[in-house]
Amino acid sequence: MSITNFIKDFSENFEETDESLFLPNTKFRELDEWDSLTGLAVLNMLKVKYYKLITAEEFLKISTIEELYNCTI
Amino acid sequence: MSYNPFTLSGKVILVTGASSGIGKSISIELSKMGAQLIISGRNEARLIETMNSLQGINHTFVSADLTIESELKILIDQLPQLDGLVLSAGIVKTMLFQYITLQDIKEVMDVNFFSPVILINMLVKLKKINKGASIIFISSISGNLCTWAGNSIYSASKAAINGIAKGLALDLAKKSIRVNTIMPGMIESDILDNNIITKEQILEDVKNYPLKRYGKTDEIAYAAIYLLSDTTRWVTGTNLLIDGGYTLT
Ligand SMILES: NC(=O)c1ccc[n+]([C@@H]2O[C@H](COP(=O)([O-])OP(=O)(O)OC[C@H]3O[C@@H](n4cnc5c(N)ncnc54)[C@H](OP(=O)(O)O)[C@@H]3O)[C@@H](O)[C@H]2O)c1
Repeated sequence: MSITNFIKDFSENFEETDESLFLPNTKFRELDEWDSLTGLAVLNMLKVKYYKLITAEEFLKISTIEELYNCTI
Repeated sequence: MSYNPFTLSGKVILVTGASSGIGKSISIELSKMGAQLIISGRNEARLIETMNSLQGINHTFVSADLTIESELKILIDQLPQLDGLVLSAGIVKTMLFQYITLQDIKEVMDVNFFSPVILINMLVKLKKINKGASIIFISSISGNLCTWAGNSIYSASKAAINGIAKGLALDLAKKSIRVNTIMPGMIESDILDNNIITKEQILEDVKNYPLKRYGKTDEIAYAAIYLLSDTTRWVTGTNLLIDGGYTLT
């Protein structure tokens, strides 16, 4: 799975954010739309699509999309 | 003077989910009230821990996964005539609706709804539940009064329990069997999914409780004593809400 595909899956957890804002170095928690519900969606996505279970505490330490991608490979 | 209208002395009671949390605490408190218990759960080591915490003698344990037919049968075969049942086995799956599958729905409904209902159904058919017995489902405020993000399946399973509890209360009234539910708000136990919830989120959530904390397992156990005792022999079909005031606001 390439990071391009990962970014596409990641962005599907958002409704309003412009696609152009999803880059490897995007600090996703700083996006206007980011909230705890989106966080839950991303955790569910990791589990369902990437078979990756990370704890909420571990997840909090991750800030960019690329860091998140790296933990799936 | 030993006036005690809540005594459970002489009553034989099955508790499921007894290896952990609410079911464990209920087992311990019921034993202190004189009940003779059959406790059940999957994890044998933790069931034995509960056994060792029980007061009195003559208690037994049966480890069984209630969603596996053959194990359910083994449990039923070993059960004596019952005066009370507490159905506490349950699971949570925190997933947003867009990520759930039929498999997830089946998994939660299997433990939280189908297995307790089928257990009672089989026991009724075998006439293993005595006249005057009391059945308690550990339901939840979730589904019946509120919900949380990612809790749709769990909520559905608990709302289903409240629905069938009413039906059972009516259908079993002729046999003088009473059926009630307890609806706890958040109780400190292993069921909280630490993969999804952070300690900070818990501290934040606690602020939504007018009584300023989550509940403790024994606070549910005392309600179970009440509903199992003869003090409630005219109480059936009710839902006892224990939530620190959470659903007031
Ligand atoms: N804690 C809360 O905040 C809360 C609030 C409202 C309602 N409730 C309800 O209260 C009940 C007890 O919850 P708890 O907090 O005590 O949870 P818990 O500590 O996780 O205990 C759950 C119990 O259910 C048993 N169980 C799970 N799947 C089973 C299966 N397939 N077959 C047999 N036993 C199974 C477990 O057995 P093993 O561990 O041996 O596998 C364990 O004894 C649940 O129905 C829950 O929905 C809890």
